Amino acid sequence: MNTLSDFVLVSAMLFGIGIYGLVTKRNALRLLFAVELMINAANLNFVAFGQYLPSLGTTAGSSTNAVGQTFVLFSIALAAAEAAVILAIVVVAYRLHKDVDVSELKSMEG
Amino acid sequence: MADLIFVAMMVVTVGSAILALEADEIIYGAIGLAGSLFGVATLFFLLDAPYVAVFQIAVYIGAVAVLILFTVMLVRQEKWAKEVPATSLTRLAGILTGLAVFIALASATIASNLSQFSTITNNATFVDIGVLISTGDAPILLVLGLVLAASVVGALTLSRADKEENAK
Repeated sequence: MNTLSDFVLVSAMLFGIGIYGLVTKRNALRLLFAVELMINAANLNFVAFGQYLPSLGTTAGSSTNAVGQTFVLFSIALAAAEAAVILAIVVVAYRLHKDVDVSELKSMEG
Repeated sequence: MADLIFVAMMVVTVGSAILALEADEIIYGAIGLAGSLFGVATLFFLLDAPYVAVFQIAVYIGAVAVLILFTVMLVRQEKWAKEVPATSLTRLAGILTGLAVFIALASATIASNLSQFSTITNNATFVDIGVLISTGDAPILLVLGLVLAASVVGALTLSRADKEENAK
């Protein structure tokens, strides 16, 4: 039977891979992939903890606690909005600079 | 049986995540990302959270991964394929940082008593989630709707501003 720590370890692996991508990659789309992986690691933790840990408070009219799952629904929607904006920025940056290498995009540098 | 499925899905999730970052062509990377998101969705099924799993497949794989695939295909040029490879020092730094984060999180998990929790105590149904969204979390839902609308308008404005710039 799987325990809570199994899921947390998978989540830690995904998070570590995301960190690796953020450090090594310079392509804006690869950075987006890395951020998405890290968001998924966080979502997995939310659901795992929400399902395994005993409920402290209860939802109105129910004896179970759905806070972890509900939070992940919001997080997924927010990640979709973030991906749409980042892709729009990437497409505009590509049209202006003919490149999506973030180290080449220096016009906004302070 | 559940353990076997868990190990298989863990391999799919982690392997696809590595493929997403390390595939030579970015389009294969996007497919790898979709595979990894699917792996996480199956882990949600194993966690007895089918609503979140289906939502993940619908929104992440159905919308986000397809959006990324279309973006890559529509503006596909040589430059997208030609990524500047990371220097060996950067790669080493990335591997060490990723490993350090993983080892820190894993050792904290192993040292804690999280492995004691082996049965799912909260199997919330659709009704529980629906009740929570429409009562206590209703303001968050409204704000999220506004954020989504703002992001879509922002993305459209960005592409429109670019067209005006090209017209000049």
